[in-house]
Amino acid sequence: MEQMIEILNNLHPEIDFMTCKTLIDDKILDSFDIVSIVTEINNEFDVAVPAEEIVPENFNSAQALQAMVDRLLDD
Amino acid sequence: MSFVSSGFILFLSVLFILYYAVPKKAQWLLLLIFSCVFYAFAGIQFLSYVVLAAFTAWFTTGRMHKVQLEQSEYLKIHKSEMSRDDKKVYKTRMKKRQRLWLIIALIATIGMLAVVKYTDFMIANINTVLSAFKSQTSISFLNIALPLGMSFYTFQTVGYIIDVYRGKHPPEKNYLKTLLFVSFFPQMIQGPISRFSDLAPDLFGKHQFAADQFAMGVQRILWGFFKKMVIADRVLAAVNTIFQEPSAYRGTYVLVGMVFYALQLYADFTGGIDITIGIAQSLGIGLKENFERPFFAKNTAEYWRRWHITMGTWFRDYIFYPLSVSQPMLKLSTGARRRLGTALGKRVPVYLATIIVWFTTGLWHGASWNFVVWGLLNGLVIIISQEFTPFYDWFHKKFAVSERLWFRMFQVFRTFFLMSSIRLLDCYRDVGLTFKQYVSMFTEFGLQVFIDGSLLKLGLNTADYLILLIGTFMLISVSMIQRSGSVRENIARKPLLLRYAMFALLFVVIIIFGAYGIGYDANQFIYNQF
Repeated sequence: MEQMIEILNNLHPEIDFMTCKTLIDDKILDSFDIVSIVTEINNEFDVAVPAEEIVPENFNSAQALQAMVDRLLDD
Repeated sequence: MSFVSSGFILFLSVLFILYYAVPKKAQWLLLLIFSCVFYAFAGIQFLSYVVLAAFTAWFTTGRMHKVQLEQSEYLKIHKSEMSRDDKKVYKTRMKKRQRLWLIIALIATIGMLAVVKYTDFMIANINTVLSAFKSQTSISFLNIALPLGMSFYTFQTVGYIIDVYRGKHPPEKNYLKTLLFVSFFPQMIQGPISRFSDLAPDLFGKHQFAADQFAMGVQRILWGFFKKMVIADRVLAAVNTIFQEPSAYRGTYVLVGMVFYALQLYADFTGGIDITIGIAQSLGIGLKENFERPFFAKNTAEYWRRWHITMGTWFRDYIFYPLSVSQPMLKLSTGARRRLGTALGKRVPVYLATIIVWFTTGLWHGASWNFVVWGLLNGLVIIISQEFTPFYDWFHKKFAVSERLWFRMFQVFRTFFLMSSIRLLDCYRDVGLTFKQYVSMFTEFGLQVFIDGSLLKLGLNTADYLILLIGTFMLISVSMIQRSGSVRENIARKPLLLRYAMFALLFVVIIIFGAYGIGYDANQFIYNQF
């Protein structure tokens, strides 16, 4: 989780990613941010995030992102 | 059959009556029949393209789903005896089988669009190259007519196929229902580009007549007619005068044309979408909104999130994301980070994907270089503003102006001017000419055009300008009110008599002030040509 928070903090240091659950709904993350996050996940966790996983439910919070990574690692 | 024709009003009236009179389980079938009739009016021969596109989608998604079912059945039975690696190998094999059907489906659907829309563009470019090498040979054009709404229904079909491939939803088993999804007539002219999961429940559902909903739909249709007939078709005369004679109308006229075209395009496109959404709403079918006050956007990226939203999200979900997160792009990112450093390197694949997306968006709008340059310029502006982000952050920290009204107005004006400037490529349809005319706007600028009566020689008289002024004021007012809630819901809360008086007034305004051209047809909607 710490790794995920760090990835997000590097993009938007002004956001509290531990509590924010509306990263997509409130348009905090744009498409450039999302691609950056996927690239970082690929580098840090060594897991490929396919395009079909890029949906608001997976990107709305740090927790949702982490859950997606855990699921992809488990697959 | 144009939306703005008496024939269409009759067509629609008959549909509304029959739709609520037939058994509810047959409503979707009635929509299919009317969609086919609507399409046949544009050219019976074009119907075969839609039928074929729907068949391709129906057949290939059925095959994909069969593989998906086989996979889940197999894993259910053999899960306990398979290692993680075994499962991975098996899933990869099954994905390959699905991918084969996906590729066949995409080649067939996009291939049809490519052949029909882009063959002559390719031939023209080949002929240019041949003549550059002084060759005597040239290839003849095929002159294939573009079927009504082909770019729109192809994208909608491709989105559906990809969603089934991704396992987002199962495919539609009934071919005729797939055909209705592809050919639903209100969307045919200019979108919005719907997703199957959003549209299908309403499209194939049973609908009881609801007076309030029907009235809201009709209200929206009337508002669309107002935008199209009172504003867009009125300002059209001046737009045509300015852009069809570029040598006579340079300098300030280019600026006037640029603003007029922005108004025309907005009123035309959003008016058409209002009619589309209004028709669907009267039938009890919800469609996605395609605009969110784009001319209030404070930067280019925001503008494109608010203009033609369903097209933007289509490109984002089916091209930008898959391309950006593809393995070659991730490899490129790793390589670029090594060579250029982390900060710059990680932006390389995103920017490359952005350029590719905007190149495709340009090409989607039309098979000519002006549209390609239009797309690339949009991409370039977005990338440049992205690169300027640190500067903007610094600026806003240093000067606390971001919440000031004048600064927000400056941002809105800047975005409007920038987007309108790029849109000139759409007006002149020639890259070199567009840049020449654009430069003249600065070098030959003069205020006399506004005071010496020149504006009255563009095909619009004083009354026309007055109507345009009032119409534009109404557009802006409605947009301002929309920022704090739905205008139509506000109207719906008014007393019945007042509501119907407003309907009647809007209707009378359209009848009296609508600019009636000779022989309206569906092609007169600007976005239909894309």
